[in-house]
Amino acid sequence: MSELREVISSGNDLAARAAVDAGCMFFGGYPLTPSSEIMHTISDLLPKVGGAAIQMEDEIGGVAAAIGAGMSGVRTLTATSGPGISLKAENLGLAQMCEVPLVVINVMRGGPSTGLPTRVSQGDIAQAKNPSHGDYKSITLCAGTLAECYTETVRAFNLADRFMQPVFVLLDETLGHMHAKAEIPTAETVKKGIVPRKKYEGKPEDYRPYDVAQDEPALLAPMFQGYRYNFTGLHHDADGFPTEEIETCRKLIDRLFRKVEEHKEEIESNEEYMLDDAEILLIGYGSASLAIKEAVNSLREEGIKVGLFRPITLWPSPEKRLYELGQKFDKVLSVELNQGQYLEEIQRAMGRKDIEKLTKTNGRPFSPADIINKVKEVF
Amino acid sequence: MAFNYDEYLRVNKMPTLWCWGCGDGVILKAFVRAIDKLGINKDDLCVVSGIGCSGRFGSYIDANTVHTTHGRTIAFATGIKLANPDKTVVCVAGDGDALAIGGNHTIHGCRRNIDITLILINNFIYGLTNSQTSPTTPRGFWTVSQKAGNIDPTFDGCKLAEAAGASFVARETVNSPKKMEKVIREGIAHKGFSFVEINSNCHINLGRKNKMQNAMENLDWIDSITMPKKKWDELPEEEKMNYLPTGILKQDKEALEYCEAYQMVKDAHQGKRGKITQDDFEKKI
Repeated sequence: MSELREVISSGNDLAARAAVDAGCMFFGGYPLTPSSEIMHTISDLLPKVGGAAIQMEDEIGGVAAAIGAGMSGVRTLTATSGPGISLKAENLGLAQMCEVPLVVINVMRGGPSTGLPTRVSQGDIAQAKNPSHGDYKSITLCAGTLAECYTETVRAFNLADRFMQPVFVLLDETLGHMHAKAEIPTAETVKKGIVPRKKYEGKPEDYRPYDVAQDEPALLAPMFQGYRYNFTGLHHDADGFPTEEIETCRKLIDRLFRKVEEHKEEIESNEEYMLDDAEILLIGYGSASLAIKEAVNSLREEGIKVGLFRPITLWPSPEKRLYELGQKFDKVLSVELNQGQYLEEIQRAMGRKDIEKLTKTNGRPFSPADIINKVKEVF
Repeated sequence: MAFNYDEYLRVNKMPTLWCWGCGDGVILKAFVRAIDKLGINKDDLCVVSGIGCSGRFGSYIDANTVHTTHGRTIAFATGIKLANPDKTVVCVAGDGDALAIGGNHTIHGCRRNIDITLILINNFIYGLTNSQTSPTTPRGFWTVSQKAGNIDPTFDGCKLAEAAGASFVARETVNSPKKMEKVIREGIAHKGFSFVEINSNCHINLGRKNKMQNAMENLDWIDSITMPKKKWDELPEEEKMNYLPTGILKQDKEALEYCEAYQMVKDAHQGKRGKITQDDFEKKI
């Protein structure tokens, strides 16, 4: 059991603090509403502990600097909102291909395009699955409470080092700017829980960073320590040198998938709220789940037995658990602040289409009444 | 004894993919000699390249090497350098890479004056992708994207770097390997952002339709458009625009380097000094 401390803070501030507590030593970014407070906080915290934070000339530069630092071996972060992810996408693909650990926080706002900069949305769920071109398997965590802005950021750093790839943490405008009391683990607890990237133990002359088992990530030694190798966004061989050799190319992409797919249980995280005796299943995530829980409580007071399934890891999705729930519940309602981006995944995982949906894309959060009314209307 | 290039190269990954007679190999050799003369340990060196023929430069060097996305070398290098201020970080980029798609990072790398050396291999064309116009392709040249003749004005990377704040700016050509080695060496030794433009040949994709079908003709053309800065300074003003000056064009040893400036930030946050104010800087605006 981790030791807890009580703080009064905002989601953005907590995410920045979590990064530093988790050993992050570099931040590269660019101002973007509603995520900028992460940069504001971390640019104070990092120099204190000997790290560095830099505001680059654009979003692309922000993620590139962060990946560069990550290539050199330090824990690294960038934070932005949807438009920034669009700009960073190509370099996120490079990090997937080179297998560079990196945490990317997206504080979601209304889109598409400039959208609604200061208002909430969950419109970047599909983007988080495949922000860049090409084949790879994303890992995306989604904070649903103020405390999770902290704990999921910590978890993201450990997962990034475990799987050697970018890990997304989705916040949204509501959580990012919410200022309230939260119970979070102490910094010492977080420090004790740090699982750094795997170290190469052999001789330098035998070192081949991409020569690993087919379900394992690359074994990247930090720079400047005698293990000289090459990073490239091109298909590459065991040394990281560009190649077009057929079998090497096939195995590389196959491994980028399998390293995640075959270890999904290490990534999956869900919350089940009042599900045991429920007759109606609500599915929602992120800040929307705050309103859903309120609705569940109110409906239960009226004798309507509802419960909530909340995926905290969105990608890879909890498809096995979703399938089980799809078998157990006839009445299912998906609740999202978008037009149903995750609903498609729920339908796929459950193998059924008859799922009711409540969506909202006007920049306003759900109120519990929205959900209560919808449940009464459709069931 | 002959210089042992193999010591610094990934010989098992050769031959290079560069065309027969390409200047990139000449630059690679000059770079390796410069590193050797400076006594830089391969383990302490990081070479960052972008996309294009020059993008493969780093992968042949036995150091910590990074082949990044198109135009982003300096941005990646900035992260590497700021996280490892005591290491040597060198970027290699082409004219399209550093002056077109990556122009923003070039400007701001120069402005920050971070201790990175950019070797800009200017062959006046997009070579790898078969002859599209670059920001340095002379007007009136044939390119595959402007077959009637290029109308786009060129710009001078060295002038851009100077104006943007690079504290070391130099230009040489592949025709003078010794001088080239010297400016690369001095650029790397210089503390601050060093912009080193090397004019190189691409007789295959610049020369093929511009009457320079072999390397010698292309090299002669480079000779005809460049001259040492001293000589260039004496030209009548109206003639200067048709020649590129070579040699060290700017060196400011006093300019504040970015990692050193960032140390002030660390010290301020760690209570080792007061807040940073305008009094800390000579240039106020």
